[in-house]
Amino acid sequence: MTDISINFAGIKSPNPFWLASAPPTNSGYQIMKAFDAGWGGAVWKTLGMPTINVSSRYGSVNYRNIRMAGFNNIELISDRPLEDNLREIEEVKKYYPNHAVIASLMVDSREEWEAIIKEVQDAGADGIELNFGCPHGMCERGMGSAVGQEPEVLKTIVGWVMDAAKIPVITKLSPNISHITDPGLASVQGGTDAISLINTIKSIVGIDLDTYAPYPVVDGKGTNGGYCGPAVKPIAMHMLKELAQHPEIKSTPISGIGGIETWRDVVEFILLGATSVQVCTAVMHYGFGIVREMEAGLRQFMTDKGYQTIYDFAGKALPNVTEWRHLNLKYDVKAHINKEKCVGCDLCYIACDDGAHQAIKINDNDRNRIPEIIEENCVGCNLCSLVCPVEDCITMVRKDDGSQHVTWDELTLADKIPNTFNDDRAGGKGHFVPTPDDALKAKRKDRSGQNQFDF
Amino acid sequence: MSQYKKPKNEQEFEANFKQKKPLMNDTEAYYASSKCLFCYDAPCMDACPTGIDIPLFIKQIHTKNTEGAAKTIYDSNWLGNACGTICPTGVLCEGACVYNHQNVLPVEIGRLQNYATKSVIESGKQLYKPGDDNGKKIAVIGAGPAGIACACELRTLGYQVDIFEAKDKPSGLTVYGIAPYKITNEEVLDEVKYLQDQLGYNVKYNSPITSKEQLKKLEDNYDAIFLGVGLGKTAYRNIPGEDKEGVVGAVEFIEELRMKHAETKVGDNVIVLGAGNTAMDAASESARMGAKTVTLAYRGPKERMGAYSFEYDLAVSAGVKSQFNASPKEILGNGKVEGVLFTDENGKEFTIECDMVIKATGQEKQGNLLGMIDSLQLDKNNIIQVNSKTNQTTNPKYFAGGDAINGGAEVVNGAYDGKLAARGIHQYLNQ
Repeated sequence: MTDISINFAGIKSPNPFWLASAPPTNSGYQIMKAFDAGWGGAVWKTLGMPTINVSSRYGSVNYRNIRMAGFNNIELISDRPLEDNLREIEEVKKYYPNHAVIASLMVDSREEWEAIIKEVQDAGADGIELNFGCPHGMCERGMGSAVGQEPEVLKTIVGWVMDAAKIPVITKLSPNISHITDPGLASVQGGTDAISLINTIKSIVGIDLDTYAPYPVVDGKGTNGGYCGPAVKPIAMHMLKELAQHPEIKSTPISGIGGIETWRDVVEFILLGATSVQVCTAVMHYGFGIVREMEAGLRQFMTDKGYQTIYDFAGKALPNVTEWRHLNLKYDVKAHINKEKCVGCDLCYIACDDGAHQAIKINDNDRNRIPEIIEENCVGCNLCSLVCPVEDCITMVRKDDGSQHVTWDELTLADKIPNTFNDDRAGGKGHFVPTPDDALKAKRKDRSGQNQFDF
Repeated sequence: MSQYKKPKNEQEFEANFKQKKPLMNDTEAYYASSKCLFCYDAPCMDACPTGIDIPLFIKQIHTKNTEGAAKTIYDSNWLGNACGTICPTGVLCEGACVYNHQNVLPVEIGRLQNYATKSVIESGKQLYKPGDDNGKKIAVIGAGPAGIACACELRTLGYQVDIFEAKDKPSGLTVYGIAPYKITNEEVLDEVKYLQDQLGYNVKYNSPITSKEQLKKLEDNYDAIFLGVGLGKTAYRNIPGEDKEGVVGAVEFIEELRMKHAETKVGDNVIVLGAGNTAMDAASESARMGAKTVTLAYRGPKERMGAYSFEYDLAVSAGVKSQFNASPKEILGNGKVEGVLFTDENGKEFTIECDMVIKATGQEKQGNLLGMIDSLQLDKNNIIQVNSKTNQTTNPKYFAGGDAINGGAEVVNGAYDGKLAARGIHQYLNQ
């Protein structure tokens, strides 16, 4: 029997699925509904000082027919009275004693931090998350990402909090920084119990073409928002890996956040070292019910792979995420097209010819329009297999026998790196490139329509 | 059978002749357009007789540049709206859509096309203006798809164009000959008006050209003449009894239906002779007009039917029965039709009773008029012979297109022919 419960830096939860601090955790009503739906924990929408919100708060990036592939918001921390939130925390904990309720906090002075920490502890919160990430509104008042971008300040505040807190403390980091390890290290040095990341990314999701204002538009003006949703997942995973591999940070538990929507996302974050995951956009899009798919998929994965707990595979991908200089230069894959499956869209052809390495040809006489890989030109870049709309039609097939292994690092150490492009080992000599005037010879197919009119 | 009650008024008629390809709403268009893969050198474009840049206009719809999409369509096909609705897309663009190869439903190209063109027709957005007057005049005979397309193209090139139309409405078979569940009269006429408002060609209605004198006058007054005369009445087939009351030609029947709607008289038991697309239309239409039985009778086997299989399926779904290997020997009845005597493939005779016979056995060619034009070469079926690059006939002053050069095809073929002929005329007059 798989056990998906977690003990995250002392915070116990029946599963690793937590709601991130955001609109879905604005009230006890929502959080109780969420626990009922299957969520294991919730990070309460950030508590702090009184604020006023604007109307028109969210914007999105739609890709083709997919709504909210990316999402941004300019909403501030909770604008509900602190005493209401505290009372509801208490109530939720009464009904759900085994679920994790974490209070996200954002205040300014040491005194304020000490006061609010005491209040949430008294209300029964299982942990505290420090919001050092919000990149809009609050940062203009010196809080949120303004702290996350100043490691020294961050370290100082974490220190204040650790002195005051009797429950586990998670420091939530902002991705709006060059090196995520700087604030990551500062939080560890400040004594944090755990880290969560990423908060939202500074963004403008679009401009209204009639009013020339950015979305979301507030009476003809807009401001940068915080970007999240499926589109940010790759950035989040990279930052997670940066922390999870860092020698001074890796022993600190990390809660992964950023575009998580499905069980696959969950497993990927865990494989990169997260031991809890937080979700917001997916819930804002589909409601709390999506956790069913996450849990079913996670359990299935664990059963298939024979894992008892998530700790059995947490971080398992980290040894394979390395630097470029350690990659095997002798590894050789070539594209292969399954002619039975090919539908003849020829997107691979044009992607390769215009966008990559001119290694695919099409035969004008082939009525089925099935393209052909020019193996000697193929550099194994994958592009064709990525643009192909058919499942498993273009695959990358290994051509080297696996007996040779050479890395740039090894070449460097052996003082064998190529010094000129004419070196046999250099890419410029090894790869085919057409001459510029071949572009003029490229045959334009004579179309039955328009071209005939060009007398 | 008899799934359809006899329509008593326009409302009931519309219900029985519900549009097969209704106009998409914005949400449908959004999702449908998102599906296009933007194939390289897309097969749908190759399959379109007018070569519309389909991936482009679909992408334009998706990015809410609907006017741009309409322009892309009209740049290739002056009857873009009509064609979006009535083209047999399943055997043209949509049939060529690569999704078919993986059993994924193809992109709904026809309806998307209709969505884009309809939006500009409704808004009246001006996409074209006449070219600077070049002082030359062209006569177009026939305001069918080929004639309209030719006129539009010529106007953009600066020619003055007068169209001579025998009937009182433009667009030929698009309005007189297409099944009413494929397009409504209003929709056809709205598009033609939209084009005429922008380009300003002249149409002289009820002006058939029937005499040598009339032709001479046209030759004297115009720099070139385009023949978009289509085909004629339903051909006489020499079946005994063809002249009985209750025997009608399919073309005439469909025309009456298009004009009179619910008031068209249809028998209780109808036999349709023929197995081409027009036969299918006539059969479907009889069923939708409330006939109790409709029988498609074809002298050959099912596999040899000329109709598209989807047209046959549509007729069957309307309740039409079929009788294959049935050669009509005689139309029976005492003055009024009472049945048809057939022989089967073994020569055995049998009779099917009916009170109406619709002959969908091909149209006559416009041989009389064409015979009056000097040195105009026709083939043995009276089809006009043209240069396929310019649509110029063997009399250099005459160009031709549409059914008159192909013996009867789709509106989209006529639209292409007309445009090509206009370019041919332009080349000829600027040599």
